[in-house]
Amino acid sequence: MHREGLISVSDVAYRWTRSGSFRLDIPAFHMAAAERVLLVGPSGTGKSTLLALLAGIAAPETGHIHVLGTDLTTLTSARRDRLRAEHMGVIFQMFNLLPYGSAIDNVLLPLSFAPERRQRIGSPAAQVGEARRLLHHLGLPPDAIATRRASDLSVGQQQRVAAARALIGRPALIIADEPTSALDPETRDQFLSLVLDEARAGGGGVLMVSHDPALAAHFDRVVPLQSIIRAQADVTATAPARHP
Amino acid sequence: MIVLRLALQSLANRWVTALLTVLAIAFSIMLLLSVEKVRTGARQSFADTISGTDLIVGARTGSLQLLLYSIFRIGNATNNITWASYDEIRRQPEVAWAVPLSLGDSHRGFRVLGTTPEYFDRYRYRRTSTLKFADGRRFEDLFDAVVGAEVAASLGYKVGDRIVIAHGLGSVSFVEHDDKPFRISGVLARTGTPVDRTVHVSLEAIEAIHVDWQGGGRIPGQSVTAEEVRQLDLKPKAITAALIGLNSRLATFRLQRAINDYPREALIAIIPGAALQELWSLVGIAETALSVVSWMVVATALLGLTTMILTTLNERRREMAILRAVGARPGTVLGLLSAEAGVLSLAGVILGAGLTYAGLWLARPAIDRMYGLHLAIDPPTWGEIGTLAAIVVAGVLAGLVPAVRAYRLSLADGMTVRV
Repeated sequence: MHREGLISVSDVAYRWTRSGSFRLDIPAFHMAAAERVLLVGPSGTGKSTLLALLAGIAAPETGHIHVLGTDLTTLTSARRDRLRAEHMGVIFQMFNLLPYGSAIDNVLLPLSFAPERRQRIGSPAAQVGEARRLLHHLGLPPDAIATRRASDLSVGQQQRVAAARALIGRPALIIADEPTSALDPETRDQFLSLVLDEARAGGGGVLMVSHDPALAAHFDRVVPLQSIIRAQADVTATAPARHP
Repeated sequence: MIVLRLALQSLANRWVTALLTVLAIAFSIMLLLSVEKVRTGARQSFADTISGTDLIVGARTGSLQLLLYSIFRIGNATNNITWASYDEIRRQPEVAWAVPLSLGDSHRGFRVLGTTPEYFDRYRYRRTSTLKFADGRRFEDLFDAVVGAEVAASLGYKVGDRIVIAHGLGSVSFVEHDDKPFRISGVLARTGTPVDRTVHVSLEAIEAIHVDWQGGGRIPGQSVTAEEVRQLDLKPKAITAALIGLNSRLATFRLQRAINDYPREALIAIIPGAALQELWSLVGIAETALSVVSWMVVATALLGLTTMILTTLNERRREMAILRAVGARPGTVLGLLSAEAGVLSLAGVILGAGLTYAGLWLARPAIDRMYGLHLAIDPPTWGEIGTLAAIVVAGVLAGLVPAVRAYRLSLADGMTVRV
């Protein structure tokens, strides 16, 4: 078993509900430090669940998940929350931001839960400076950076703010769940390369899920979801299969 | 702290509903506190109707009945006390003073009380307050009358006006003592007690207007003019009740027993404080009902708080998923939601208490004037502070219901943000 690298998953089984008859198996999945991996597959194959497991939001029934050399399955949920806050950045498909907060506050939000990540950047003034730099670098115009309410931004601008939030403080792992699905192809490629450049500059690995194989060029490795995830009806359960 | 700032912005984002929720809680608190204030005020006013009197003596009847007709001017005496018995009681060595009361006549719906001038010295209310004259003075002439504040106010009487007393207690009486009119010699200041609704005349005057009467009407052919009556012996033969003051309170029970066992006449002596307590325990049911209603209003307001937070649940679900994703612990997320409920109910409680005191301060003079109800403006008692704190805690718990639900949903949502 190689436990080094960014992510190492072995023999994981997950059930959505305690009595559920539908289960998810991930026999093995690995990711090296600073590696950029694209997981491709149709929706409904358990990709969100996989990301929740890696982020430590969900816990598997059996098996081991190592992130940055730490076995998540041996941690309490509070410790997993802390690990996520310190070392991971998460970008959702949409609705990433607290709508009433400013763009800057949304970017700074993860630092509230991650003292080490905060210290890596420096003083509060430096934190705001870094947030501005990221937003600027990701192509957000100055008037959008100054926005008081994130809900006033366009969808594309909101995704950029979300990316800046995931990238601030240079976390080791960026997890992104179809972050470009709401963007048109032009902005999509531009957005993606900006995010990947910034992650590379910070030394962070990127794990992105998408149903769009056209993005493959941006990544070191493309992994079909079906090759690592097996979703199946549990033969030991009698209840009817139900997908969440 | 960015998290707190975002929580406040979240609240500010919903300021209309938040404000309405705070107002609903504030008004319910205002109702609760006001009812409490009026309750204690009314109880105190009631208990303060008569003070300084150690015993009330009347013909044997129920103690409540005696209290009602002698002090509250409600109902009738079934029997009188003979002057001889009264005279014997007031000569007892324990007795410091005695004031006779003679009831049975009325003036346009207000009771007429025959008594001695000493009544104006001896009658006390609110512990130590004595009767004061707003205008004029006590009765001196045989046909002088002193009216209470409400009598003067509702009938528009002033000193020097002439009034006729009716026989019996009906407000529209056809049998009037119109041959012997009275002159108003004084108007009393408002007391908030039944004294306000009483016309006071001398004991001799009661005797004088009935000198040519027997039973319910005049004795035919035996008319005695107002001038002639002054020459007669007007010493009363009977009175309705008497207020007794003692030299020492220690003698109260001994004298009470002696009067209750008086051999020549069936009498009863009651201790005003004890009888007032007994009466309040009957009246107090209404007070409890008021209290229950105001508590229900508070419960409704808290229910409104829960509803308000529940309706924002979908929005909060997104908030929670985002906060969880950036590393917030479940406790932090739960805490933010119930803290919001706590902040809203605390604001409601403080606003409500402030409004209560402001309202009390504004309305107090009017309430005292119109109802004779003296409301105290005291700092909240520990009991009240405890109640208010309990309401804030209840608010936090009310917020916990939707918070736990939202948290469960966010766990189920995992990494997906739903709208």
